[in-house]
Amino acid sequence: MSRKRRSNSASVSRRTLTAGLGAAGLVAGLAPFNILRAQGGPLKIGVLLPRSGIQAGIGQDCQRGVDIAGPILKSLGLPELTIINGDTESNVDTARARAEKLIGDGAQLLVGAFDSGQTTAIAQVAEQKGVPLVVNIAAAPQITEQGYKFVFRNFPTAPMILRDAFEQQKEIFAIAGSAPKTVVFMHVNDTYGTAMAKGIGAVMPKFEMPYTIAEEIAYDPAARDLSVEVAKAKATNADALLVVSRLNDAILLTRELVKQRWTPQAVFSMGPGWYEDQYFKTLGKLSDGPMSFVPWYDPHKKLTDVLKAGLAKADPGVNLNTNHIYTFEALLVAADAYKRSGSTDPAALAEAVRTTNITDNVSIGPGISFNAKGQNDKVKDGAIQNIGGELVTLAPKEAANAKPQWPMAPYQSRG
Amino acid sequence: MPPDVYLNVAVGGVLTGLVYGLMALGLSVIFGVVRVVNFAHGEMMTIAMFIAVVLCSGFHLDPLLLLVPIAAVMFAFGYVLQRGLINAFITRPEHTQFLLLVALAIIITNVLLIIFGPDARSVQTAYGYDSFQAGPILVDAAKVYAGLAAIVFAAALFVFFRYTTIGTAIRACADNHTGALVVGLNVKQLYALTFGLGAACVGAAGTMMVLIIDATPMLGPSYTLLAFVIVITGGLGSMPGALLGGILIGVTEAMAGLLFTPSAKSMFAFAILVLVLLFRPQGLLGKRLA
Repeated sequence: MSRKRRSNSASVSRRTLTAGLGAAGLVAGLAPFNILRAQGGPLKIGVLLPRSGIQAGIGQDCQRGVDIAGPILKSLGLPELTIINGDTESNVDTARARAEKLIGDGAQLLVGAFDSGQTTAIAQVAEQKGVPLVVNIAAAPQITEQGYKFVFRNFPTAPMILRDAFEQQKEIFAIAGSAPKTVVFMHVNDTYGTAMAKGIGAVMPKFEMPYTIAEEIAYDPAARDLSVEVAKAKATNADALLVVSRLNDAILLTRELVKQRWTPQAVFSMGPGWYEDQYFKTLGKLSDGPMSFVPWYDPHKKLTDVLKAGLAKADPGVNLNTNHIYTFEALLVAADAYKRSGSTDPAALAEAVRTTNITDNVSIGPGISFNAKGQNDKVKDGAIQNIGGELVTLAPKEAANAKPQWPMAPYQSRG
Repeated sequence: MPPDVYLNVAVGGVLTGLVYGLMALGLSVIFGVVRVVNFAHGEMMTIAMFIAVVLCSGFHLDPLLLLVPIAAVMFAFGYVLQRGLINAFITRPEHTQFLLLVALAIIITNVLLIIFGPDARSVQTAYGYDSFQAGPILVDAAKVYAGLAAIVFAAALFVFFRYTTIGTAIRACADNHTGALVVGLNVKQLYALTFGLGAACVGAAGTMMVLIIDATPMLGPSYTLLAFVIVITGGLGSMPGALLGGILIGVTEAMAGLLFTPSAKSMFAFAILVLVLLFRPQGLLGKRLA
C-alpha cells in the first residue's frame, strides 16, 4: 500500500502541475464572466419561513404566496426569481443560522419570516452581511427602528395595526348600532403577542373606545389546552373577546368557547389565526363570526383578482389571506427592485428597494413605498369577518364589500 | 370570581391529571421492575396518539373503542423493544441506557415528522364539542371519557399485578432480583412483559390524550418531562403514586392558571417537584431507600 501511494505521488509531474495551474488560472479567469452571467439571470431569493415547528401551518400557508408568484410576476413584465427555501423551524436561533446559510448558498436578497422574533434575528444577519431583507410579515416595531440600511418592511407595525383596528372597530360599531361595554383580552405570550399587548395598553386610551378591558390573560404559545384560560375569561362576564393569537390557539380557543357554552357578542382578533383556511376547515360552521383586524387585501384592486385566480388554480378552495398577500408582495418588491437596478449587487438592490413605488398592488392602501427607515408607513389594515365560510371586508369604507354580522350567532344553535 | 369557576377548573384538572397519571404509570412500572428509566416515554405516547389519529380519521372509529387495540399494539412494541434492544443494556452503566433511550426518542420524533409532517392533527368525535352540566359544574365530555377510561385501565393493571401469577412474579422480580433468579423465574421474559405493560399504559394514555389535545410529533419531550415530574412527585416505582402525582400536577396546573397566570402553569408543577425533592425525596407514596 505504502509503495503504491509513493508511486501515485510521483505521478504528479511538473507537466501535470503546470496543466493543473493552467486550468485553475482558466477557471479564475472565467470567474468574472460567471458573475456577469449571474447578473443577467434570475435573482436568487432566500425565503425564510417557519415551515416546521409550532408555526408550521402558517409558514406553509405563506409558502402558497411564493408558489403562485412566478407566473404572476412574469405577467407583470418582471424578471424571473430563483427561490431558495429556508426553514426557521419556528425558532429564533435556527432562523439566524438559516439566514447565514442562505446567504452562504448565494441568496442575493432575503424574504421572511412571518414571526417578529425570527425576523429580528434575520434582520441582524442581513444588515451584518449587507444583503437586503424584505420582511413579508412581522409587526414588532423595532425591526425598522434600528437604523438598518438593508431591512425593508411592507407590513404594518404593531402600533399601525392597533391604530387601524381601533378606528375600524368604531366604524363597525357605528354600522351595527351597538358596541360592547367590556372585553376580556387574551393574548399569546410570544414576541408578537407581548408587543401587541403593550401596544394595546399604550394606544387604546387615545381612541376613547366604548369598552374597557375587564381582564388580560396571557398564555403560552405552545399551550395544548386552553380550558383554564377560557374559564377565566368567561368568568369575567365580558361582552366580547379581544384576542391576539396564532392559528393553533385560535382553534383551541374556539373549541373551548363551544365546550364552555360561551358565545360572546363578538370576537375581535388583532392577529392571525381566525381567518385562516385551516381554521375554516377544522371548525366548519363554528368558524363563522370572528372579526379580524389584519393587514388585508383590497377586494377592489385589479391585482387582487389576479392573485385570487392564481391561488384558485394552485390551491382550489383556499381563501386568499394575509400570508399569501404579503409574501407575494415581498417578492413583488424584490422583482421590481431587480428590474429597476438591473444588478444583483446587494447595495444596488437595497437602493432600488428603497425607491420602490408600486401602485398596482394587492394590500389596502395607496401602494408600496418605503420611508427612510425602510417601513411602508402607508399600508393599511382591513376589518374582515368570517361569514358563511367566506371572508368579507367590513372596513375601511373604501375597501368594504359587506356589512357586519352582529352579534355572533350562538355556537350552540349552529347545528 | 364565582366559586363554580374554581370547581369547574379543578374537575377539569383532575380529569386531565388522571390521563397524565396513566401515562406516568407506565414509566413508574418500567422503572419499578426493570430499573431502566424510559427517556423515550413521551415519544412512545406520541406513537400511540398518531395511531389513534390515523385509525380515527381513516376508519371513523372512536378513540374509546381503540383503547384496548392500541394498548395491545404498544404492548407488542414495548415487548419487542425490550427483548431486542434494551435487554442488552440492562447490566450496562446508567449513562449508556440514558443515551440509548434518548437516541430512540429522537428517532421516534423524526420518523413521525417524516411520516406525518409537523402539523397538529386532531380526531373528530361525535362528542368532541359536548359538555356535561350538573348544576353549576360544566365538564368537557371528552375529558370525562378520557378520565374514566384512565381509571378503568389503571384499575385493570392493579388487578393484574395483585391477583395474577404473572403479576405476582413481576412484583417478585421488582422486590428481589436475585431471589427471583434463585427460584427459577424467567427474569428476561418478565422484564419484557413489564416493559410491554408500561408501553401499553402509555399507549392507552396516548389514545385518550387525543381526546384532549392535538397530536404533533414534537409533543414527546414535554410529555417525557411531565411523566418524570409526576412519578418523582408521586414516588418512583409506586403505581398509586403515579396516579396521585398525575392528579396533583393536573390540578396544580389548572388552578395555577386560574389563580395566577396561565402562561406560568408549568412553573407551579415544577415548584411542587422541587418541594417534594426537598422535603420528601422518595416522593409522596414512594418507599424511603435504605
